[in-house]
Amino acid sequence: MLRDLARSFLDEHLPIDRLRTLVASDPEEVYERGEPTQWDEGLWKQIVELGWTGLAVSEADGGVGFSLAGIAGLVEEVGRHALPSPLVATLNASFALRTSETKEASVWLGRIADGASASLAISDASGSWELADCGVSAREQGDQLVLDGSACFVQDAFKADVLLTSARLGERLVLCVVSKDASGVTLERDQIHDLTRDQASVQFQDVRVSAQDVISRDGLAALRAAWPAILVVVSADLCGTNEWQLQTTVEYAKNRKQFDHQLGFFQAVKHPLVNAMVSIDRARSLLYNAACCVDIGADSAESAARMAKSAASDAGAFISDRSVQLHGGIGFTWECDVHLFFKRSMHNQALYGDGVHQRRKLAVDLIGPIAS
Amino acid sequence: MSSKKLSDEQNEFQEYARNWLSKNMPPPPPVRLPISPIEVSAVEQLGYLQEWQLSCYRAGLIGCDYPTEYGGAGRTDCQRLANQELGRAGAPYFINIVGLSMAAPTILAHGTEEQKRKFIPGALSGEEIWCQGFSEPGAGSDMANQQTFAEKRGDEWIVNGHKVWTSLGHFAKWMILIARTSRHHKYDGLSYFLCPIEGHKGVTVRPLIKMTGESGFNEVLFEDAAIPDSNRLDEEGKGWTVAMTTLTHERGAAEGAGGGGGGGSTHPLEQLIDLARKSRRDGVCAADDPMTRDAIVQQAIVSEGLRQGNRRARVPALTDHPMRIPMQQKLVSSELVQNIARIGVDIAGAQSTLYKLDEKAPNGGHWPLAYMNSFGHTIAAGSNEIQRNILGERVLGLAKSK
Repeated sequence: MLRDLARSFLDEHLPIDRLRTLVASDPEEVYERGEPTQWDEGLWKQIVELGWTGLAVSEADGGVGFSLAGIAGLVEEVGRHALPSPLVATLNASFALRTSETKEASVWLGRIADGASASLAISDASGSWELADCGVSAREQGDQLVLDGSACFVQDAFKADVLLTSARLGERLVLCVVSKDASGVTLERDQIHDLTRDQASVQFQDVRVSAQDVISRDGLAALRAAWPAILVVVSADLCGTNEWQLQTTVEYAKNRKQFDHQLGFFQAVKHPLVNAMVSIDRARSLLYNAACCVDIGADSAESAARMAKSAASDAGAFISDRSVQLHGGIGFTWECDVHLFFKRSMHNQALYGDGVHQRRKLAVDLIGPIAS
Repeated sequence: MSSKKLSDEQNEFQEYARNWLSKNMPPPPPVRLPISPIEVSAVEQLGYLQEWQLSCYRAGLIGCDYPTEYGGAGRTDCQRLANQELGRAGAPYFINIVGLSMAAPTILAHGTEEQKRKFIPGALSGEEIWCQGFSEPGAGSDMANQQTFAEKRGDEWIVNGHKVWTSLGHFAKWMILIARTSRHHKYDGLSYFLCPIEGHKGVTVRPLIKMTGESGFNEVLFEDAAIPDSNRLDEEGKGWTVAMTTLTHERGAAEGAGGGGGGGSTHPLEQLIDLARKSRRDGVCAADDPMTRDAIVQQAIVSEGLRQGNRRARVPALTDHPMRIPMQQKLVSSELVQNIARIGVDIAGAQSTLYKLDEKAPNGGHWPLAYMNSFGHTIAAGSNEIQRNILGERVLGLAKSK
């Protein structure tokens, strides 16, 4: 299975000590001086050579055309190793390109299969995940578009080669590809807690987009169609993080002794770990179902994906909380590895809508819209 | 993950089951049915449910995967399809839940040829109701602490003791009984019997009244009750091992995994949503209240998670421990039932103070009764605290709590 290959590859190339050296050497550098954390660009080249960027790209466009179920398994391993890379961002951008179904999108999908990386720039300054809430406006000038405004909470923008941006054109949304070094594009680095990724606010000022980089004239429909897959990918990352936190905390509860017993002997420790396992398994079962629903084009794909994201986010919040608490004093320190995963999880929980957001959407289908 | 492709036999059987159910669903019951078979207390309910079980058995929807010589249909991996179709059709549950889901699989695994031929057909057809004699007043979740004693006299065992929480004991012809046969060993001192109950000398069944004021389960007293040695299941002293087989089936039985169980006639989540639409809280429709909506959707996600977990459990590569998901089912499903009922109580608000005989009680007083009854699920078959210990120890490998 792809998952097993991914696991042994990442076990070998990104053991926890290596991750720590890359991202957690000095808190003052990152948090006080706002310096970017390191990532292994050599490892990224190997990942590109392995073809992971092209997993979501169809064979017709030069990719591997892997099922989302298979991709979800791989991304779980990415989460389990907290891999700093533009892989998740690129996979998500490729789903939006795929659902655009235009020849312009095909060209970009081909480039991604060849190793280009991309990130979605679709949220406004308030961090809304309502796809129509867009902070960028577009106007036509000849056969070009000109963009103004800002797109925020752009994942791994400094690592990705290009941005896939939504912009309001009259009544509609358009999707276009913008190079980070295009004239009028400015990336402002967000200072974030998560040490394993970067995030940016992107300013657009008179940015010209040529016709071949306008991906979709119905960007809202494309993003909506891609959304279940995007939620699946981020849920898979969460599920991997969750499982790492569970296993690491279980190991600690087996080894650490207090009051002449292993920690895990005490039901106040054992029961929450079981509760975490139950919530993690719920999220994973819902994740695989959602991935399959996307793969077969089921009508239920969106609700299945929202269920998966809700369950994965809530499981993430719970196991993160317990992983720190049950490690005791050491769990609260910079020295202990658990905070790396705590922060990646917390970031993922919010990303593309937390549990409450997903359930608010699901409630409309299950219960009906709110009357007033 | 897509489930494995169905075999030709399974495809053909699924179509047959669907067809049969579309033509043979029973008429509405003569009296309202309780939430689950273990609360059935009226003979009208019993008669209706036994007739339905028998009719499904004759149609081959029960015991699908049992060998034909023991009254089964001799098919391969068809019971879960039958259960799915029963659930989809909204069929009533099967009354003989202990017989179907616990006694029959345990006898199949541990019984002699004669025992299998004698006991399994009646359990599957529902003609012989079974109950379970595991719990005792002094041994709740600590099941190895059994005090009921069986003493060998000739080719008989003479039983003295006291069992409690015996669901369906008032209708039962047989009991799966665990009793101490040696005082010198704790686990190895237990044996497992198939004990006659109905009208049997030395056996007294007394109804116990639940906190809801309803009966539904019993205590069973044994005073020099004789069981022939031919009714001993497996070897003397092997009772604990045999009981583990039963418990594995019992704890997985929530989803009908134990070879029967059937579909419930009620879909609690839909009922809950219906209640929310019809109720008002603080002057607005309860279905418009964001907290209520979130609470309902949370349970919908748990419910779907349970369903998808059952599918995932059939693909070994998707978990690191074969029992990791199956052993969670009792814990999760019982708390799901409890949480749904609790939300129903909250939505009904002041109206949930009303007992079922008060005409103003919404849904005939269902919600508060369902909530109280739900503790039968979170305590029975090893309380959920015990389930968490088992999961923590056997699946996560944590140190044993004593």
